[in-house]
Amino acid sequence: MGAYFQEEIECASAGKIKQMQDERLAAQVKHVWDNVPFYRKKLEEAGIKPEDIKGRDDLHKLPFTTKADLRDNYPDKLVAVPLDDCVRIQSTSGTTGKRVVAYYTKEDIDLWEDCCARAIVAVGGSKKDVCQVSYGYGLFTGGPGLNGGSHKVGCLTVPTSSGNTDRQIMFINDLKTTILCCTPSYAAYLGESMKEMGMKPDEIPLKAGIFGAEAWSEEMRNDIQKTLGIKAYDIYGLTELSGPGVAFECSEQKGMHVNEDHFIAEVVDPETGEPLPDGEKGELIFTSITKKAFPLLRYRTRDICILSHEKCGCGRTHVKMTKPLGRTDDMLIIRGVNVFPSQIETVLLKEGYQANYQIIVDRVNNTDTLDVHVEMTPEVFTDNVGEISRRQNELVAALRSMLGIKANVTLVAPKSIIRSEGKAVRVIDNRKI
Amino acid sequence: MSISQISVFLENKSGSLSEFSGVLSDNNINIQAMSVAETSEFGIVRLITDDTYDAATVLKDAGYIARITPVTCATIEDRPGSLHEIISVLNKSGIDVDYMYAFLGGRKENHAHIILKTEDDKKTDAVLKSAGIELLED
Repeated sequence: MGAYFQEEIECASAGKIKQMQDERLAAQVKHVWDNVPFYRKKLEEAGIKPEDIKGRDDLHKLPFTTKADLRDNYPDKLVAVPLDDCVRIQSTSGTTGKRVVAYYTKEDIDLWEDCCARAIVAVGGSKKDVCQVSYGYGLFTGGPGLNGGSHKVGCLTVPTSSGNTDRQIMFINDLKTTILCCTPSYAAYLGESMKEMGMKPDEIPLKAGIFGAEAWSEEMRNDIQKTLGIKAYDIYGLTELSGPGVAFECSEQKGMHVNEDHFIAEVVDPETGEPLPDGEKGELIFTSITKKAFPLLRYRTRDICILSHEKCGCGRTHVKMTKPLGRTDDMLIIRGVNVFPSQIETVLLKEGYQANYQIIVDRVNNTDTLDVHVEMTPEVFTDNVGEISRRQNELVAALRSMLGIKANVTLVAPKSIIRSEGKAVRVIDNRKI
Repeated sequence: MSISQISVFLENKSGSLSEFSGVLSDNNINIQAMSVAETSEFGIVRLITDDTYDAATVLKDAGYIARITPVTCATIEDRPGSLHEIISVLNKSGIDVDYMYAFLGGRKENHAHIILKTEDDKKTDAVLKSAGIELLED
């Protein structure tokens, strides 16, 4: 058993957790009923009044909230407090038409940072540590969330943000960074870079890493642990709910504890919406019960997970979730960025190609690669090699601008993309996660 | 004054050229001249055939993307210096060559044919013709 950031909460009895959730859920339903016309209408349509929701056992009566609901209410129609009381927004990675703006009050940020602080303490962090936050800062929640958590723990915080690998390595060495926060693929990349520079794992000052925002396998965890000479921990979160720290891994490295005093987790059958018991695989649903500015009732994450209430060796009592085992939609997470095939299709059509394409995702040296194979069309084809290459480069630039990450484009022969039962196989994901 | 060339898109991968030549062979298409321009990913095959329309139809039916482009075909003597004569004429007239290829033993004995693609095929034809260079046409 290690240290805790908020022991009385993190190790509370099941009864205490339920009591907290009951009270907070009832209050939250009343809060959205009073302040968000969208939720009020939705509850009315379902025939539910706030007084019908007395606690967690009534949760299943509430209707789901979906990403489409968030999109329809862009930017601030779901905000449940006066805008004067909001002090910040964060936003999702900006997939066209799917951007979500999440609002925070001062208190919302405070509680979010508590969650991140718990994650840092759970990996052995204390005020003696130097915590380098190599997640992006800005609209993305990764940087700001861990930055706030690191402050709360009292670590010396190094806000390097993402990118500039040489500088990252320089700070790790010069400032003796002990805790690294970034995406697992970037951690692997840093590890490889340090190895190439001749640094041995025991010479690297790091001792732990908090890696999230994308799926990663146990093999990848082992690789990172070996090259960096650290313990590597997972963290889970969504901008819609707050950001990183909705759930985090403890010293056991076997699943992530959901911060149940702030979020109620459920797993449901993605087809019927029926709640599933512990141990069964289904879609992960979250209800935020403390968030004031941007509360969500039964939000469908589209992540496939399993929940477990088994006793954990770390002493924490909060329910554990597995890392996401898949998605219920076609969203891909590539280098930590959400990518929908429909976005790629939009760009292709705009650039004069047809919607005959294939997306091939792989992981080479622990870094995700994105290749888009596009069938050549009579409209795009010319007798001029330079002209074709120029248009190809334009397509690469347009994809980068849409997706925020680089995609390699290969022009292939017409009708060469495999079609099964008349329908093209759009995505081939060769990553072994 | 120009002749018709067929340009075809091929993927730069093992077997695609063989598949392509197979289609031509199976359909009795006779190739008079040919060149391949390639990048690391794709190639453009350029062909002069006996019957451009026939070849283009066959290729289209086989699922290829083909485009017919007018190119200049100059006939020169099969001797040292004859290529330089036409290139220097073009150079003096400020005409840049996009690409070119040549073949021997074509439609005239002891002569070679130079296929030229420039930005302006009409101007190219006029310049070469006034320099007394023989041009082939369809």
